[in-house]
Amino acid sequence: MLALLCLALPCAAAVAAQAAPAARPRAEVLHWWTSGGEAAAVRTLADAYRAAGGDWVDTAIAGNEQARAVALSRIVGNDAPAAALFNASRQFRELIDQGLLITLDDVAQREGWDAILPEPILNAVRVNGHYYAAPVSLHMPTWIWYSKVALRKAGVEKEPTSFAELFLALDKLKAAGLIPLAHGGQAWQDNIVFRAVLANLGGRELYLKAFRDRDPAAIASPQFREVLSTFKRLHSYVDAGSPGRNWNDATALLISNRAGFQIMGDWVKAEFSSASKLPGRDYGCIPGFGAHSPYIIQGDAFVFPRSTSAATLRAQKLLASAITGRATQLAFSALKGSIPIRADVDVSTLDQCARLGVSIMKDRSRQLGNDETWLTPDQNGALADILTDYWNRDLAVSTVQQRIVAALTD
Amino acid sequence: MNTRRIDRGLRRAHLALVPMALVALVCYLGATLWSLRISLSSSRSFPVSDFVGLAQYRRLFSNERWLHSLGNLATYGLLFVAACLVIGWLLAILIEREVRIGGALRLVFLYPYAMSFVATGLVWQWMLNPGLGIQEAVRRWGFSEFRFDWLVDQDHALYTIVIATVWQASGLVMTILLAGMRGIDADIWRAARIDAVPAWRLHLWVIAPMLAAPFATATLLLLTGVAKLYDAVVAMTQGGPGTASEVPTKFIMDHLFGRANIALASAGAAVLVLSALIVMMPLFYARARSNRRNA
Repeated sequence: MLALLCLALPCAAAVAAQAAPAARPRAEVLHWWTSGGEAAAVRTLADAYRAAGGDWVDTAIAGNEQARAVALSRIVGNDAPAAALFNASRQFRELIDQGLLITLDDVAQREGWDAILPEPILNAVRVNGHYYAAPVSLHMPTWIWYSKVALRKAGVEKEPTSFAELFLALDKLKAAGLIPLAHGGQAWQDNIVFRAVLANLGGRELYLKAFRDRDPAAIASPQFREVLSTFKRLHSYVDAGSPGRNWNDATALLISNRAGFQIMGDWVKAEFSSASKLPGRDYGCIPGFGAHSPYIIQGDAFVFPRSTSAATLRAQKLLASAITGRATQLAFSALKGSIPIRADVDVSTLDQCARLGVSIMKDRSRQLGNDETWLTPDQNGALADILTDYWNRDLAVSTVQQRIVAALTD
Repeated sequence: MNTRRIDRGLRRAHLALVPMALVALVCYLGATLWSLRISLSSSRSFPVSDFVGLAQYRRLFSNERWLHSLGNLATYGLLFVAACLVIGWLLAILIEREVRIGGALRLVFLYPYAMSFVATGLVWQWMLNPGLGIQEAVRRWGFSEFRFDWLVDQDHALYTIVIATVWQASGLVMTILLAGMRGIDADIWRAARIDAVPAWRLHLWVIAPMLAAPFATATLLLLTGVAKLYDAVVAMTQGGPGTASEVPTKFIMDHLFGRANIALASAGAAVLVLSALIVMMPLFYARARSNRRNA
């Protein structure tokens, strides 16, 4: 096609100009960031790569499961992209075991990842002492958001600091005729609410025993029972239209002040921002209950499939250091709604919820991995099935406990 | 001379069929066998070639969601096939009798079949959503006690999928039966008119038995639709509320990709294909026999 055009037009010079930067490192990057805010955020990564001297070839696939399925099949079919996005979890463990990824040990050493990355993320990207993925974002999935106007209307003066106070506030909202809890009844969202209750009411120890150790005794314990019944109690505060609702439609209920609370990840900030709502003025964010509430970390990371070409390897290494750089991380986080992966970034320009998150992250004892850090995608899915079933149906708590034990020890 | 030409024509016809046969053999049969092999391994994200016997099948049949999905599919299949056949048949009769609105009905009921369910499913979802759709509309007309919240109801969500897919597929049944009716000897219709047989008796006792083959064809097509039910569920309920409207194909797709367990997904696919064959074989057989008898 280009050759045909060149016959018609005197564009030999243009072709020469295009051929020249072919020596530049060139990396095809496969990811699932396609919504408005996400696309803007990923552009900052591409810009950083370009500034570092590389050519970013963008392959965006909508839907994270679809994107990962495409990445896996392309890797198996010997047509791997230079970089592919995964959640910082066990999702790419099999790729590591099969020797399909390059290690980033030199980049990690140079940037001092051990010192600046949070522990749960390190655990996901570092396997047997080698580094296999470059983290790009840290999300916290279990923030409790609230509409200031709705709470004022219902006569709730101060933000709740415990589950008891949360239930009091929910009751007041209900009495005022508002939707107390804006919730999208999809399995993954039910799962987020459950994790919020487990981390805040059950506490760090129980959370780790359940998800990391998959300890049957902990899951059968009275504490776990209480977590499950509290989770179920929240169900009585959602509206009839909840089942099947998308998370952003639930956020819209907060934006229009028709609902009081929503338990969801910090990606909802993008929804608030696009409706010109400001944290502190229009909406509030509660990271958890108590001065030592755990801060759950859900990260995204790029992996770099092994290839035989030295040029690709060079492009991959350059990409790994470009996207984890300080300035890039700051610009990216501001648009993505996440917080920077590294602790050595000045975050004073980020919004107040992000700053709150970063200050909590400084205390390493409050950092807590996402359940996916320890559970295989399969176990995680089985857990989600059980929880969504329990959320929607009348099941005995003991049955649910038994089922969770069976699913996690399978 | 003449027979040789026919022979050559036949050979050419067979030659033309080779590509299709190859595709069927390699892509369908080959892939089916490959899935069967995978279902006997311990594969997760990637195919591995070990052999674990029927372990995946044991896991499958101790999985609550899978069993529930199979039950859902049976309920759905019975209701869907029965409703499609009855509605499609009634529509065909109406059009055959040249009822005035027949032309409009034909368009209304065949049109949905031409549309993708991912698009129409979304519209159904909006219509059935208690806060946005029919319920809200009727309430605004003044019937404030009106309730139609099946979509978000554990016990009724599956029926909304039946409603929407019957709407989509009964036009197809209508067309097939109509074609069958047009093929029935004109003398029979005339004789019925002369004898002044009531329309319902004519159709129920005379015409319907003669339509056995078209009915079998329609049922077969509907049953394949049942086995591959996926898009309607994803578009309308995503298997919810909870797991109330989960179906086997969704279980398979979830495990194939998101949950990275292709061995379990393959075991599920094998069970699905096998049960589909068991249900459809008698129909195939009956149809083949009646064709042979007619020929």
